[in-house]
Amino acid sequence: MNENPFLGALEWLSDPARWTGPSGIPLRTAEHLGYTALGVLVAALIAVPVGLYVGHTGRFKGLAVGAAGVARALPTLGLVTLFALLVGIGLTAPLLSFVILAIPSLLAGAYSAVESADPATVDAARAQGMTEWQILTRVELPLGMPLLVGGVRGATVQVVATAMLAAYVGSGGLGRYIFQGLGSQDYPQMIAGSLLVIVLALVLDLALLLLQRATAPRGTAAA
Amino acid sequence: MSWVLENLDVIAGYTGAHLVQALPPILLAFALSLPLAKLANSRGWLRTGVTTTSGLMYAIPSLPLFVLLPGLIGTGVRSPLNIVIALTLYGLALMVPTASDGFRSVSRDVLGSATAQGYAPAARFWQVELPLAGPVLLGGVRVVAVSTISLVTVGGVLGVPSLGMLFVDGVRRGIVAEIAAGVVATAALALLTDALLVLLGRLLMPWHRGREGSRP
Amino acid sequence: MSIHSTRRHLLGALGAGGLALGAAACGSSDPFEEEGGSSGAAGSDGGGEAPAGTLAIGSQAYYSNEIIAELFAQVLEKAGFTVDRQYQIGQREVYMPELEAGSLDLLPEYLGNLLQHYESDAGSASPEEIRSSLEEALPEGLRVLSFAEASDQDSYTTTSDFASTHSLSAIGDLAGVEEDLKIAANSEFETRPYGPEGAKSVYDVDIAVVPVEDSGGPLTVQALLDGDVQLADIYSADPSIAENDLVVLEDPESMILPQNVVPVVSEKIDEQAAEAIEGVIAELSADDLVELNRQSVVDQASSADIATGWLTEKGLL
Repeated sequence: MNENPFLGALEWLSDPARWTGPSGIPLRTAEHLGYTALGVLVAALIAVPVGLYVGHTGRFKGLAVGAAGVARALPTLGLVTLFALLVGIGLTAPLLSFVILAIPSLLAGAYSAVESADPATVDAARAQGMTEWQILTRVELPLGMPLLVGGVRGATVQVVATAMLAAYVGSGGLGRYIFQGLGSQDYPQMIAGSLLVIVLALVLDLALLLLQRATAPRGTAAA
Repeated sequence: MSWVLENLDVIAGYTGAHLVQALPPILLAFALSLPLAKLANSRGWLRTGVTTTSGLMYAIPSLPLFVLLPGLIGTGVRSPLNIVIALTLYGLALMVPTASDGFRSVSRDVLGSATAQGYAPAARFWQVELPLAGPVLLGGVRVVAVSTISLVTVGGVLGVPSLGMLFVDGVRRGIVAEIAAGVVATAALALLTDALLVLLGRLLMPWHRGREGSRP
Repeated sequence: MSIHSTRRHLLGALGAGGLALGAAACGSSDPFEEEGGSSGAAGSDGGGEAPAGTLAIGSQAYYSNEIIAELFAQVLEKAGFTVDRQYQIGQREVYMPELEAGSLDLLPEYLGNLLQHYESDAGSASPEEIRSSLEEALPEGLRVLSFAEASDQDSYTTTSDFASTHSLSAIGDLAGVEEDLKIAANSEFETRPYGPEGAKSVYDVDIAVVPVEDSGGPLTVQALLDGDVQLADIYSADPSIAENDLVVLEDPESMILPQNVVPVVSEKIDEQAAEAIEGVIAELSADDLVELNRQSVVDQASSADIATGWLTEKGLL
């Protein structure tokens, strides 16, 4: 490290050869995005229905909060290595870990979205003869949408910053640059990989923030 | 399972090292977040700055930060100090916006009447403002504690002793029980700390009945 | 320098706090003082200075390296020295500066990798040649003792099925294989002289790296057995080679650097200490190292127990 590794990282990024080919930045970024999207999507399929149910009925809330708490406490590196030993290399092990990582934020987002609806509003809807399903989909969800998207936003940022662990067990993504840089003491490459992850995380965060604003029902302030 | 029973001393040793790296950042993040949040709340543009910086901080992957910090501040790579500093930064990124929200949630009127009752500024802060912001602060510290304890494991990849070493050694030797022990011990440590914080909150804030304070 | 020592004091204090906490948390006595604790819970004080007269022994964060360090530790204790075990330190970039600074006195190393740490362009050569290059390359105050027959080097390893289907015995034979070749290895393999570039220039073989960061451990082996990859970089002392009937492809052009075990020591290792260490080196054969590793991986024994068993068997304790 005789030269400044941060300048080295910028040099690394500005080399046009890095921007093409099967180990080029666009492909690695696409892989990274893909892992993130898949992880959050699978987690959402599990957590959002559960969260909506818990939020709407108020049942099993303690259980849901507890499960989310335990999931939050699990170290992702441990999960990735544990699952990898059990199922082998490839995407399964990191993906399972990302799903577990994403669930708490999504679950909390979903149930707080439903809970946030004013009980008086919900009672009024019920008095008008709406079914429970209609109350959930036409009253509670539209009102709480920004909170639900907030949960997606939190989960996405967490997973995108952690998705580098996929490269620990034989998959791709931007983690490849980070681990290769780490293993061969090529710090410019490692920093460049980290910068790409940071940029990706910020772009996703901003995009979801805008979505959060856009989903706020007219006449209410975004949460 | 027999690996766990024969290596309780190893697990205990790593647990100790883990706590040494996890507790200072939790305490530091809490203590430093109070003045920073007060400062941020005093100027609108500062508040925006703090929120933006926190978002940025959270997007930085932890492993590269652990590796780079020694070069930036001159510590040794294996020094737990790097981990402590990096995790304090992550903790602040979570805690400052939360504390800022907490202080803003205290109504102006309450503060005004405290002043009218003759509270000096310092006394008003410690005896009125801080306790009223307490529940929100507690929620923030709980999230910081759990995420910090989990993040310490990442240092294991670099050979900084913590429960994370069990993952790295376990995956090389193919000992599932070793990794599982690391996962369970880390989670147990996090949940235990969380429970202690809830208990502490009940003792310090008997009027607040431990509502779920963590934010999505 | 003074800043450095202050920091060490701070860290020492931090470490001591940890000991107290650890002891309080588990209600047992100080876990770090445990005689030769297996996965090396030592070294949590971040490389504090050992007291005078004590030899600080380090190891890489690699179970096999820790076993060798433990062999040295036990013979040194037998010879009357006090040792301070600082195992599982991690990478060369971390512990070599500590050896240079005198906070570590002894660490088991590997010939080729150690030389490449100081001369990144060092080409392959015989173990003897590498050892003499090392004597030149090592900084003031450090030296290497004799090297063992035991070696733990990178390899191009495949399954016996794949080897017989394509009649492979050496790396060069891979040039005749039609399908795309993938090798599971740590990601730094990509940039090593014996990585894809070396294979291309020396043997005209095209391979792609699938990074698996377990240093040729069970994930790498499983990927090979499952057919996710056709080749794997498995260290030659890994017991899984024999266990799974794997074939290590020969390297007639000596592209891969020899990695015989060699102790790197500070000036605090005097003649008497060096003699004790050399006693271990003289006995440590290639098969011995595989067997020691097997006890760690298969029997899940601790490094202390494995070391005691082997040293007793060799009459060194």
